Amino acid sequence: MGMTISEKILARASGNEAVHPGEYVVCRIDLAMIHDLTGPLTLKVLKEVGYERPWDADKVVIILDHQVPANSTVTAQLHKDLREYAKKYSIKNYHEVGRQGVCHQILAEQYVKPGMLVVGADSHTCTLGALGAFATGIGSTEMASVYLTGEMWFRVPQTIRCDLKNKLRDGVSSKDVILNIIGTLGVDGGLYCAAEFTGGGVGSLSVDSRLTMCNMAIEMGGKTGIINPDKRTLEYTGVKEAPLKSDPDAEYYRTLEVDLATLEPQVAMPHSVDNVKPICEAGNVIADQVFIGSCTNGRLEDLEAAAKILSGRKVSPNTRLIVIPASQRIYLEAEERGYLRTFIQAGGVVCNPNCGPCLGGHMGILADGENCISTSNRNFIGRMGSTAAKVYLASPQTAAATAIEGRLADPRKYMRG
Amino acid sequence: MVVLKGRVWKFGDDVDTDVIIPAKYLRSVDKTVWPKHVLEGLDPEFSSKIKPGDIIVAGKNFGCGSSREQAALAIKWAGAAAVVAESFARIFFRNAINNGLPLIEAKGISKAVGEGDVIEIDLDSGGVKTKNGALRSAPLPPFLQEILKSGGLVNYYKAHNK
Repeated sequence: MGMTISEKILARASGNEAVHPGEYVVCRIDLAMIHDLTGPLTLKVLKEVGYERPWDADKVVIILDHQVPANSTVTAQLHKDLREYAKKYSIKNYHEVGRQGVCHQILAEQYVKPGMLVVGADSHTCTLGALGAFATGIGSTEMASVYLTGEMWFRVPQTIRCDLKNKLRDGVSSKDVILNIIGTLGVDGGLYCAAEFTGGGVGSLSVDSRLTMCNMAIEMGGKTGIINPDKRTLEYTGVKEAPLKSDPDAEYYRTLEVDLATLEPQVAMPHSVDNVKPICEAGNVIADQVFIGSCTNGRLEDLEAAAKILSGRKVSPNTRLIVIPASQRIYLEAEERGYLRTFIQAGGVVCNPNCGPCLGGHMGILADGENCISTSNRNFIGRMGSTAAKVYLASPQTAAATAIEGRLADPRKYMRG
Repeated sequence: MVVLKGRVWKFGDDVDTDVIIPAKYLRSVDKTVWPKHVLEGLDPEFSSKIKPGDIIVAGKNFGCGSSREQAALAIKWAGAAAVVAESFARIFFRNAINNGLPLIEAKGISKAVGEGDVIEIDLDSGGVKTKNGALRSAPLPPFLQEILKSGGLVNYYKAHNK
């Protein structure tokens, strides 16, 4: 019987010829990432254990991304602790303010290659599965254990296959695809599973679009989202050798089919990511704030899609638009291409790369009773600030159209042929 | 044999880490902060109601969302002896074991108990006794029980001198 790409990576990393779902294996870790919100706790645990040096300084990445630049003395101290740790142990993969970005985007741009086993002290580490890696989020103490040993135990997951057929229409994006899938499977529909996206529909999507889909695998409980590497993956990662891929006779726990050609823009209504409706059924939703950014949708392709819609138009006087590119590289490219100018001329705010208001840290926290249409990944109660605010999740296209109209809007009417 | 007996606080399905401990409290690594805000997204008074040894009972997918370990720590440091749920989100599951917070996955628990009931958990066998009868669950694999019995991963490493 064949294996899935996830099983092959876990087999390789555990030194086994084959592994099977449900089996417990101990794997060597290829890359381990911490950031400024979960990393300090890892360092504290290492201190308690009494041994702080990472097992391999070259396999460790430290990124300041949640609150950058520091927004309080408390944050400033956490940044300082991480900075000093990196210096003390000669960790060259430390991303200082000015060379930062949302951690998963930095990992995609600079570190992750197909076939790697990646762990990060952040739940959205599953994003990196889009590059054909097995990537998953862990807690701070577990990360301390990885730092000490370079190893971690895994229960080999079952795999759910999401088979994407045909191509998306204009104004519909991979965010709509993943929202639709989570709406179908539910927030625990992929619990402990790998979600593997397959089919011709995936081939038609850019790497940016694929990262968006894998990013949200965790929102249905998944251990990772994952995509078999193809020509685009190899080009993006600069890898030449043939990577690991799922066998044609690999066994899947469940298969779900999605027809991209008939998909409409989707919205996850408050307060659950699986509370998904097509935009035509979402009703009249006033938008006090629109946020375009995050590890889900802060990439160049997302900014391009939003800028195309906002070009020559104005943000509604009743709405605040906040745009945050996901990395310094994207920030610069968006500047060169004129997207940032478009957002500013439209009446929006552009902030420096970091997580921003996605998790209620800073740069656009919501007040009681406010609505935010956001391209991020979670609409839990209190996620972006007040517990009496509401978050609606949508694509960058939908967010841009919404900013113009001041209420939740279908982007397809803004498509220029 | 480790048996835990405690009073039940009940929650629903899909209790996420943002309601267990909102991100605004994560900046500190001060142990006293998190328990004061435990589950305040669902019950702002909860931290003053829970007493040491109480047991949290919930529906499916408890602890979904963020990888923030502070969610497991907030519950543990608030005094909860264990969490019993229909199912757990995987990162929360690992975080809880790694910090010595016992979890029991017991199908049918949300129907079998009400708020304020007293239940008894046998960690070795995974059994849960309620006033409406006993529930069985698969016990944790031995190496995870070992981590739990050590009081979490830090103590486990100290004990094994790794």
